[in-house]
Amino acid sequence: MKGLNITLPGLVAIVLLAVIPLLPVPPFIITLMDNVGLASLVAIGLVLLTGVGGLTSFGQAAFCGFGAYTTALLTTSYGLSPWLTLPVSLAVGALIALPLGLITMRLSGHYLPLGTIAWGIAIYYLFGQLDFLGRYDGITGIPPLQIAGYRFLDTTSMYYVIWAFVLIFAFGARNLLDSRVGRGIRALRGGSAAAEAFGVNTARAKLTVFIFAAIAASLSGWLYAHLQRTVNPTPFGLNMGIEYLLMAVLGGAGHIWGAIFGAGIVLALKELLQRYLPWLVGHSGNFEAVFFGILLVMMLQFARDGLWSFVLRLLPASAPKPKAQPGTESLPKRDMPAPGTPLVTLEKARKQFGGLVAVNDVSFEIGAGEIIGLIGPNGAGKSTTFDLITGVTSLSTGQIRISGRPAGVHRPGDVARQGIARTFQHAKIFPDMTALENAALGAHLRGSAGVLRSFLHLERGEEAKLLAEADRQLERVGLSEVRDRPAGDLPLGQLRILEIARALALDPNLVLLDEPAAGLRHGEKQQLAELLRKLRSEGVAILLVEHDMSFVMELVDRLVVLDFGTVIARGDPHQVRNDPAVIAAYLGGVA
Amino acid sequence: MDSTILAFLIQDGVTSGAIYALLGLSLVLVFAVTRVIFIPQGEFVAYGALTLAVLDVGRIPGTLPLLMGLGIAAFVFDLASFRQSFRPQHLITSALVNLVLPAIVYGLVVTVLPMQPGPIVRALLAILIIAPMGLYIYRVAFRPLANASVLVLLITSVGVHLAMMGLGLFAFGAEGLRAQPLMRGSFSLGFLPIPAQSLWIYGATIAAMVGLYIFFERTILGKALRATAVNRLGARLVGVRTNLTGGTAFVLASTIGAISGVLIAPITTIYYDTGFLIGLKGFVAAIIGGLSSFPVTAVAAIGVGLVEAFASFFASNFKEIIVFSLLIPVLIWRSLTTDPHEDE
Amino acid sequence: MTAPLLQLKDIRVSYGRAEVVHGISLEVASGSIVSVIGANGAGKTTLLNATMGVIPSSGTILYRGTPVPHSVEGRVQAGMCLVPERRELFTTMSVEDNLALGGFLRTADERRETLEDVYKRFPRLKERRTQIAGTLSGGERQMLALGRALMSRPKLLLLDEPSLGLAPKIVAEILGIVSELRSTGVSILLVEQNARAALEISDEAYLVELGEVRRSGKAAQMAADPELVESYLGGGH
Repeated sequence: MKGLNITLPGLVAIVLLAVIPLLPVPPFIITLMDNVGLASLVAIGLVLLTGVGGLTSFGQAAFCGFGAYTTALLTTSYGLSPWLTLPVSLAVGALIALPLGLITMRLSGHYLPLGTIAWGIAIYYLFGQLDFLGRYDGITGIPPLQIAGYRFLDTTSMYYVIWAFVLIFAFGARNLLDSRVGRGIRALRGGSAAAEAFGVNTARAKLTVFIFAAIAASLSGWLYAHLQRTVNPTPFGLNMGIEYLLMAVLGGAGHIWGAIFGAGIVLALKELLQRYLPWLVGHSGNFEAVFFGILLVMMLQFARDGLWSFVLRLLPASAPKPKAQPGTESLPKRDMPAPGTPLVTLEKARKQFGGLVAVNDVSFEIGAGEIIGLIGPNGAGKSTTFDLITGVTSLSTGQIRISGRPAGVHRPGDVARQGIARTFQHAKIFPDMTALENAALGAHLRGSAGVLRSFLHLERGEEAKLLAEADRQLERVGLSEVRDRPAGDLPLGQLRILEIARALALDPNLVLLDEPAAGLRHGEKQQLAELLRKLRSEGVAILLVEHDMSFVMELVDRLVVLDFGTVIARGDPHQVRNDPAVIAAYLGGVA
Repeated sequence: MDSTILAFLIQDGVTSGAIYALLGLSLVLVFAVTRVIFIPQGEFVAYGALTLAVLDVGRIPGTLPLLMGLGIAAFVFDLASFRQSFRPQHLITSALVNLVLPAIVYGLVVTVLPMQPGPIVRALLAILIIAPMGLYIYRVAFRPLANASVLVLLITSVGVHLAMMGLGLFAFGAEGLRAQPLMRGSFSLGFLPIPAQSLWIYGATIAAMVGLYIFFERTILGKALRATAVNRLGARLVGVRTNLTGGTAFVLASTIGAISGVLIAPITTIYYDTGFLIGLKGFVAAIIGGLSSFPVTAVAAIGVGLVEAFASFFASNFKEIIVFSLLIPVLIWRSLTTDPHEDE
Repeated sequence: MTAPLLQLKDIRVSYGRAEVVHGISLEVASGSIVSVIGANGAGKTTLLNATMGVIPSSGTILYRGTPVPHSVEGRVQAGMCLVPERRELFTTMSVEDNLALGGFLRTADERRETLEDVYKRFPRLKERRTQIAGTLSGGERQMLALGRALMSRPKLLLLDEPSLGLAPKIVAEILGIVSELRSTGVSILLVEQNARAALEISDEAYLVELGEVRRSGKAAQMAADPELVESYLGGGH
């Protein structure tokens, strides 16, 4: 299994896991480990959802319930084999997650968790009220799992089943993150603007992780039902949902292995606390809640990356991604339109915010293979014009044509599909991803691998091509040296260049650059100008917003000057620079 | 269904709705000022109710030592923060607020309680015990995270809920308690008898709303709270301390929570974990109000109370399910009317 | 010799791991207008925010010869006030409420008194006292931002791009007011992209490029510097 890429400590851990039941350990340890495995599945889902995707749910226990009740009902009332109910249980979890996700995913971050609290409670009561689910008594007499006549009756035999599933899910989740789809998911945390500009459907990426987490929880529930062979509403209430989240936070919400670690710590602590706290306090009760509550708050205050990040420091660093083999096929390139073909045409484009006219009936055209400068004082409407072209905001009136066709209500992703790439005035780079991964996000639309292929790492051929493309663009802009460094470590100037590499990875015919030279030193500006000229010679058109006049003047073919949202001058640089209206706008009218 | 039952259900719904309105208002207030989605709001209700019930029987409630403990914890956090910048008057203020204040409350309760005070004095004592907790909880759990995301603050909030619920169990045990009414008897409105306690609830709700209105519209501190909600940076730049507005918002929340608890303690049996469910119903209202609108939240809260009253009559087993499922259409509506790009 | 009102010594600011202000030092003498000019992204706004304590920085900030208070509100109390680039008004509140909040740290009497002064200086704001701040025009918003700052009775105003997004006529008006403020004893540290306009009303000026001071001196001399004229002041072609 070359794709698994297991390190030595990982191998040791897996071997240890396999031999634990063979050692003379007390039986309660095996029971505890079974529960840790079950909880790990839920926590892995939460790591993807919370730690990676920046969303969260307190209602994962309810999904466990759906998985558990589905198999309980089907095996007891309809006599189905447990293995047959496995896909049904997972499908039920996914099918319930789908509408819930669709409803809440479009809303800002906190509505999803609030919604999950509400339905976490509602579903708990529902389980307890439905006759066919046995009300609060639940369903008993669930058959054990069987393979070729062997019945998985005791905790030790189930131990192997549970942990086999945990490992499959953990490696699958890791594969998923290390893929085209995974880059889209990881980009969710950094705000959606940059990801959407390169065609990542962020709403779909959110839904994907939500359903993934629901399936992981349903699987846990299915296993639980066949381990306990009885189900009732208690373990599927909100308190368990909160406990799962605690596991994910404690382990380290960004790490797959941290989920298992966190589940282990929480359940071991719970065991200890339930054993000794009542003795300390003098009467019994759910006192560990106090401890867990305080622990959760302290973790967020003092170790928000979770405990796994401390473990990671003790482990050897993971190897950087290998460079592409020389023979790697490159991605197909788009046909460049003939020089001068209109790529984007603004016709009386207008944007009003309340009473403020930010862009006032602006018309201009960008043709293939030309560099156009869009200049004007701060607040003149340049950024809004950019947003109108890229579909970030919608027009009040007027029209924008892309490649001759009216764009209508277009989304950033549609613009990217047309071969239009952009950079941002405030570099929107994903700090936790390496420079290489950031650049590869630009090539998102040039790949097609979906969740399942990524989960199983069956998309390695395509992935290699995407990474090779990212490598090529990094080299082109001169950032090969930093390819494996987290982008958050790079100075501002390099981040701006990295944004350009990411834009180029889209294989664009038009690049929109928002102040690319700001923060660059003189020499770096020269190199940037060189690169832009080279792009033009390859047929790429460029729309440049920039304040450094000498940089703009020596580069552009044509200039458009905005002031108060209105075009006050246009033409070749020489002509514009001597235009009295331009001089007045730039130099202020104090005199 | 005859009109008596209808009138009774409406009266019942409006009464609980008024309580949910109080809670919903404090949730909106806390969220607007601090961005904290304050899940444990309901715990203040349970604390207030149970404290009153224990005071009724002339015993010292467990929340009193808890108050001292929370004050000490807040003091320790202050001490730790003095490592960054220390000024003697800060130490004095901190000791006064975190140590002396709970000690005074403690002294007051142990002095007054043996005199067998009337129900209104007992209610005031209960509120006095619970109200300062908001400040200490803000200091210990939320102030250190002032710059964290809404999501992190929400998870923190859930952690605080867990801890407070567990402490409630510790302080009051698992049995439910019920307090004596502030005033016995009932008035009749046509054919409908209205218990005096319900009038207290309506009165307190209206008084709280008027009080909040005056606070926000007429006082500079109230305006500072609004300003913080509108523009955090702007508020800092005119010298409004986030600690001050955050602390004020939390004290208002704990006070309103305690008042709600004192008001419902005589009409329903309260357990250590009842507060959570009550608080969440306030949340349903606050979410309908978009976590931002006071009037919409208040009206929605009455609606939640009515739905609950009718649900418990027609389908009592499914009462909670129906109330919490109310959120689904609300979220659908919000998701259809919100532009996801302006929501970040 | 009295110490300057404000002294910045070797101020450094980092965003994440990237340093954007690399050791800037400057001084504002009492009763003077000092402008900081330079291209977008040079670190001017960052410098002002660091001076006010809105963002953390390293280095020394002396105000009236002693280290500034740690917190923003401590600095407001001491008489510093920042008018930020985006104004940061309370857009859903009335003009008068915005102004009242400007005097949050002053007593009710002082607030009442200062409000009269501010209304005298900005009669437009008095006309619109009950209007919601979010509905004001760009120029009025800038006046409100300045008015709100004056409500705190500042001794040192930090102005970030007061001319941003305003029509030339309004710019002249605003800068005129800024220039008048000096005569009432308020010192001003002015960040302005409109360099020529800024230099005209300033006593001293600093040119900042890529987070460092490139040049400094009397505003009049800077305005005449041929190299500066070439890259920042335009014209001459």
